[in-house]
Amino acid sequence: MTARIGVVTFPGSLDDRDTQRAIRLAGGEPVALWHKDKDLHQVDAVVLPGGFSYGDYLRAGAISRFSPVMETVIEQAKAGLPVLGICNGFQILTEAHLLPGGMLGNDHLHFICRDQKLRVENAATSWTSDYSEGQEIFIPLKNMDGRYVADEYTLDKLEAEGRVAFRYVARDGVADERGNPNGSLRDIAGITNEAGNVVGLMPHPEHAVEPLIGSGRTDGLPFFTSILKKLVNA
Amino acid sequence: MSRTPLDTVEHAAATPDVELPWAELGLKKDEYERVVEILGRRPTGAELAMYSVMWSEHCSYKSSKVHLRQFGEKAPQSDALLVGIGENAGVVDVGQGYAVTFKVESHNHPSYVEPYQGAATGVGGIVRDIIAMGARPVAVVDPLRFGAADHPDTKRVLPGVVAGIGGYGNCLGLPNIGGEVVFDACYQGNPLVNAGAIGVMRHEDIHLAKASGAGNKVILYGARTGGDGIGGASILASETFDDAKPSKRPAVQVGDPFQEKLLIECTLEAFKEKLVVGIQDLGAAGLSCATSELASNGSGGMRVTLDDVPLRDSTLSPEEILMSESQERMCAVVEPAKVERFLEICDKWDVIATVIGEVTDGDRLEIFWHGGKIVDVDPRTVAHDGPVYERPYARPSWQDELQADDANKLARPGSSAELKDQVLKLVASPNQASKKWITSQYDHFVQGNTVLAQPEDSGMIRIDEESGLGVAIATDGNGRYAKLDPYAGAQLALSEAYRNVATTGAKPLAVSDCLNFGSPEDPAVMWQFAEAIRGLADACQQLGTPVTGGNVSLYNQTGEVAIHPTPVVAVLGVIDDVARRTPVAFQEEGQLLYLLGDTREEFGGSAWSQVVHDHLGGLPPKVDLERERLLAEILISASRDGMIDSAHDLSDGGLIQAVVESALLGGKGARLVVPDGLDAFTFLFSESAGRAVVAVPRSEEVRFNDMCGARGLPVTRIGVVDGESVELQGEFELSLAELREAHEGTIPALLA
Repeated sequence: MTARIGVVTFPGSLDDRDTQRAIRLAGGEPVALWHKDKDLHQVDAVVLPGGFSYGDYLRAGAISRFSPVMETVIEQAKAGLPVLGICNGFQILTEAHLLPGGMLGNDHLHFICRDQKLRVENAATSWTSDYSEGQEIFIPLKNMDGRYVADEYTLDKLEAEGRVAFRYVARDGVADERGNPNGSLRDIAGITNEAGNVVGLMPHPEHAVEPLIGSGRTDGLPFFTSILKKLVNA
Repeated sequence: MSRTPLDTVEHAAATPDVELPWAELGLKKDEYERVVEILGRRPTGAELAMYSVMWSEHCSYKSSKVHLRQFGEKAPQSDALLVGIGENAGVVDVGQGYAVTFKVESHNHPSYVEPYQGAATGVGGIVRDIIAMGARPVAVVDPLRFGAADHPDTKRVLPGVVAGIGGYGNCLGLPNIGGEVVFDACYQGNPLVNAGAIGVMRHEDIHLAKASGAGNKVILYGARTGGDGIGGASILASETFDDAKPSKRPAVQVGDPFQEKLLIECTLEAFKEKLVVGIQDLGAAGLSCATSELASNGSGGMRVTLDDVPLRDSTLSPEEILMSESQERMCAVVEPAKVERFLEICDKWDVIATVIGEVTDGDRLEIFWHGGKIVDVDPRTVAHDGPVYERPYARPSWQDELQADDANKLARPGSSAELKDQVLKLVASPNQASKKWITSQYDHFVQGNTVLAQPEDSGMIRIDEESGLGVAIATDGNGRYAKLDPYAGAQLALSEAYRNVATTGAKPLAVSDCLNFGSPEDPAVMWQFAEAIRGLADACQQLGTPVTGGNVSLYNQTGEVAIHPTPVVAVLGVIDDVARRTPVAFQEEGQLLYLLGDTREEFGGSAWSQVVHDHLGGLPPKVDLERERLLAEILISASRDGMIDSAHDLSDGGLIQAVVESALLGGKGARLVVPDGLDAFTFLFSESAGRAVVAVPRSEEVRFNDMCGARGLPVTRIGVVDGESVELQGEFELSLAELREAHEGTIPALLA
């Protein structure tokens, strides 16, 4: 058996089909979900994909958070439904307060697209269990508003509870300003909620799933195999 | 322009002596008189608005038409061509039931006036052309040209243009996979912002811009119509810039990529359900263009009620509504029984859609406003029967002197140290430096099918996940070569794009072009234009790659000074399996480097002559199209049969530029030896055409040499992939770190 993983399409979602492909390549069954439809169609997990939902002319993700589908996602995520937010999806998760903090414009004020080195800091979440803690991976990054910020108290709490899931690192593996693409506080690339079922990150694992395409690496595939193993074994 | 009483057709007939502002709208006196002659009366204000925009240089090609005909007359026989010149974009058969549409257009003038919006809406416009053919857009490319890299205004124009292209294209979810960035003082007041797009569809999904079937409904959908971009095609894109005139900023449109993304999705859904009879995007000349072109390409006439057009600004006059170039709008012709479903799909995507008229069985385009008929014309006279000019042209008096100023006589490096110094200077020069600072502002991953993106020789997109079928596109142009010899310059642009596609392993199929020139009213410019077209048409015929469409941008000049003639050529290619693509980067140490083709002392228009001597003179490299074809065949065979692991075409900057790029991208150095019969300087910097450098695994050495030998392609072993530096034996060694700093540091230092 395999698991059904929903991918929400908001108006302005861009990487929704790519995320469906990644789920398929990992062996799962992707299910297209529509922003106006509250029904999650019995999926076992949900991915909020990248893009510029509603154009993101307001704060990124600020409108999508109020869409009908998000009502159900928020409710079920609190009850344990695994949810992954990629890029715009991460922004939506923070706007929905499923994850703390928020995203500001990149400190250099430009869109940035590059293959980005990350260190896996938490390999115990629903979406990261196929990685090992401390593993270094390359995942494509592409965004305009990717600078993660939160207040000091929240940042300390995230660190203390091991909820920083991914950190930007330089080529030599050191987390510092050389590897940090946008001024994110504490080089944070992705975080998880306390229960480990909700994970958000700015880089795009769905663009690192085939050896020929995109970054030419498959470092992103474990996101999708992690959740499938968890769901199938559950 | 609103006035009372309403300027209806009846009113116009009754008041023949009313003066209309035809000159302000960009029409010449004889053109206005021709309109009066066609109508048999003075035009109404609305009719004048339509004729003025549709007869502009930008929309009517009135100065270029007589020359552009050659692309049709000399078109090579090609089984691949499904839709040729004249539609929104050409369509090419790429096999397995897939068709690909692609086109390059200019958005030069608006991008100088308002860089961000000008460039953004350039992307928007070309993408709508692709959707209008029935295709899903899959990639964009952007050939860009700016003034001197260190000129203060370049710092205003370039970052705005790049942010606009990124801001729009990234938000549409289209990977940006190629293009060029060139600096030259000749583009100072006239940057060239060309935009290309590729779309993919099944053969049966091809759609055309025509309104047929009386009773079918005309639906306007997308953004509301506002007062932006009025006269964009006529007073902005069809005139020379002049400091004395008022700012043209209000003629630039403002883009909303989110709206365009919705437009893409809802249009494709409507196509999928076969709801659309004919379709046209609203670009230059807005509704004037869409209604007159749809009607004139169809079988009947059209009746439109302008009051039904959704407006952003309720005070707009009918003339303004007809001329508005508000972005993100399209016009579809739909059978009455399918209108409801069409509107439902638009509603699903929150796209405003309104029936504004219907196809009639007459042959007139009639437009109504507040109950009065304000337009009653034969649509063909608006869309197709514009003026045609045989502009005088003459070889400029300075051409001989320019060609006599031979670059081969320039002082060459006298020592190894000087040679090394010039290599560093070359790879760090703005034109040869890495453009990563620019291209990293574009998304090249989205859609998950990008196989190759800049700085590769061509961008490559997978179009079938099962079979691995893919398409490649390269755009090239060299205004310096074209200035020295426009006929050869255009052929060299085609040669380079053709070669770039083949270098990545794809077979070149078809061509689109964007012809950027100065004022057609200058006989010297007209000569450059005529020569370039003749050269390109001849070369396309010989290489068997038909021109499927394109765009002409004239009046790229400020005052008396025109830009270099700059034909930009896009070549589309196909590759059966993208797994066989050949990248630029060196892959493995120990692989052997071979130079393919002949190297001659050719420095006219070269990067070396520009960087070291700030010189432009002599003749451009010799064109040899048969050699290009042979080289392409070898590169494609070698890729398919796994004989080469990396390849890079040689063009501006010559061999050393190519080797440095391959080394830096692969993180592996090279040891080079000057081959017999060449001196080190010519070996490194010559820009002879028809060449490439390839890396061959040792196991393939014999097979590869045998193939080249059997086919008669000169092949010279020049070194090996090795180490952490680029070394020319007996001359110099430059570490990769040193080269990287020089090559990658320039653009951020100038622009960041």
